[in-house]
Amino acid sequence: MYQYDQYDQAMVDARVAEFRDQCRRRLEGHLTEDQFKPLRLMNGLYLQLHAYMLRVAVPYGTLNSRQMHMLADIADKYDRGYGHFTTRQNIQYNWIKLEDAADILADLSKVEMHAIQTSGNCIRNISSDHFSGAAADEVIDPRPYAELMRQWSSFHPEFSYLPRKFKFCVIASEKDRAAMRLHDIGIRILKNEKGEVGARFHVGGGMGRTPMISPVIRDFVPVDQLITYAEACLRVYNRYGRRDNKYKARIKILVHELGKEEYTRQVEEEFQHLLDQGVEPPYAELERIKAYFADPAFEEGLSDDLDLSDPDFALWVKTNTNPHKQAGYVSAVISLKPVGGIPGDATAEQMHLIADLAKDYSFDELRVMHTQNIGLPHVKKADLYAIWQKLDAAGLGTANLDQIGDMIACPGLDYCSLANARSIPVAQKISQRFDKNGKSAALGELKLKISGCINACGHHHAGHIGILGVDRKGKENYQLSFGGSEGEDTSLAKITGPGFDEDGVVDAVDKATDVYLRERQDGERFLDTYRRIGMAPFKEALYD
Amino acid sequence: MKILTGNDLKSGAVVWWTGKGWSIHVDDAVDAGEEWETVLASEEAERRVNVPYAVEAEQRADGSIRPAHIKERIRALGPTVRADLTLKPNDPDAIAEVV
Repeated sequence: MYQYDQYDQAMVDARVAEFRDQCRRRLEGHLTEDQFKPLRLMNGLYLQLHAYMLRVAVPYGTLNSRQMHMLADIADKYDRGYGHFTTRQNIQYNWIKLEDAADILADLSKVEMHAIQTSGNCIRNISSDHFSGAAADEVIDPRPYAELMRQWSSFHPEFSYLPRKFKFCVIASEKDRAAMRLHDIGIRILKNEKGEVGARFHVGGGMGRTPMISPVIRDFVPVDQLITYAEACLRVYNRYGRRDNKYKARIKILVHELGKEEYTRQVEEEFQHLLDQGVEPPYAELERIKAYFADPAFEEGLSDDLDLSDPDFALWVKTNTNPHKQAGYVSAVISLKPVGGIPGDATAEQMHLIADLAKDYSFDELRVMHTQNIGLPHVKKADLYAIWQKLDAAGLGTANLDQIGDMIACPGLDYCSLANARSIPVAQKISQRFDKNGKSAALGELKLKISGCINACGHHHAGHIGILGVDRKGKENYQLSFGGSEGEDTSLAKITGPGFDEDGVVDAVDKATDVYLRERQDGERFLDTYRRIGMAPFKEALYD
Repeated sequence: MKILTGNDLKSGAVVWWTGKGWSIHVDDAVDAGEEWETVLASEEAERRVNVPYAVEAEQRADGSIRPAHIKERIRALGPTVRADLTLKPNDPDAIAEVV
């Protein structure tokens, strides 16, 4: 994986020193909150319901055991012994003191991590496929391209004050495991018929209050023009994106209002202009970065056979592993969704264990997944049983990947100052209901996603079943929706009808799954059945 | 009644105006009365508390004070999903009082 060079480290260290001074000035009363707020947000420090919240970036979700140990140490030393992994492959700490903030950033910098650009109207953490560099179906490892974009976008002077926040996603397989088309810009690295590497640009996607699926504006950008094309896309947005209305300021609105054709025309014109301006980094820099992402020393000739005589282990292998490009290996997923647990939360002790497992069994690599789980990307099949036993003993052996219990949920009103309703209790009740009624396994793949407000951090628009918490006259109310997907078949969910209270929405989800079990045909997921039969049978079950 | 709240500058902890200073216990809050905007302006200037504001609340028969809106009750008592992290740890009533 990538290692900082002297420039990366110097930039991060300089920022820590700068922020330490800003914190001191605030604590001594030399800065007002209005003056300090934009400075702390540039360093990922929010003020949430109970305390300051620090969001730490995990670039394209990749980290090593030393970094995970540090995240655990921070949870123990400065927070309350746990952290929350988010849908943007970041980690958040909920109980941070301003007095400690600079020390935390200094600790992070020791392991090549930071919280820069995890807030504000700038280019945020570049996200990617959590099985990058491991998946059997990828064309090429997308992370060197994501890293190149990270370096380009870090402290980019022209794009530090965009009309609104900006999210990139880079993948390199037909299967979309990263919600690529629901980002401001989604890039799919691919090869053309000549075998040349390039990038397909999807621009103008997003969730929030106006969800949109990004259209393709360019099928193939040669890889040695990747940054220049991205710069052109951003320049047009920066020039014409609306700054008068926060709710219409994202690039999706600009692309929609201009029309894909006109936006594309302007980007192409800007691109042609920029081609002569020396924007593109030297190709040698990409080659330098690529060297950091070379495959680890996989053993050759390993068997794919596995002793599955332990039924619980067999279930976990079936559910929580993904095919690897190297024979004898898999990617294993550690579910952070135990029955009745808080989606995405991990204790410091669990983080230390996960770090140790990465060190011992996965070439020292981990992946933070946007689904709020943790991946061990390169695991020998022969080691899976030992890994599972250790996970299971620590309460991390839940076999529920992509099932209803593996739901995404934002922190909601329990932690977030923007939320209108609580998300976590709904997630817990659904998890417990479907564990008790034993339907989870029979339902198979069913992606349920819960947001506590219209900002959609819980990706409810993209859930096979989506739940949105709203405030109705001071009471929590939950809108239910069906038919969303964030995969290669991306679609937006449609609202079923009037909302429910907390227990009512749990009952409604239960009833909807009964309709699916009754109506499904061979091999159909909940999503497929919904797409075939439509909303009517579900509405009948929910409201009649 | 109207009570005043904000987050402590140093710790970020939720605090409530007691008439003389700030407390982390909502039951220490006092009715800010007619002059609440003056108090807010003065406390904002002191820069001990971030962005203080007023919320509606009720004083119950036992003297305890609870904000009217669920968001403020969660701020006052802690997250409803971690009993160990409520203001008074493992207080069985805390979560029930929020919802």
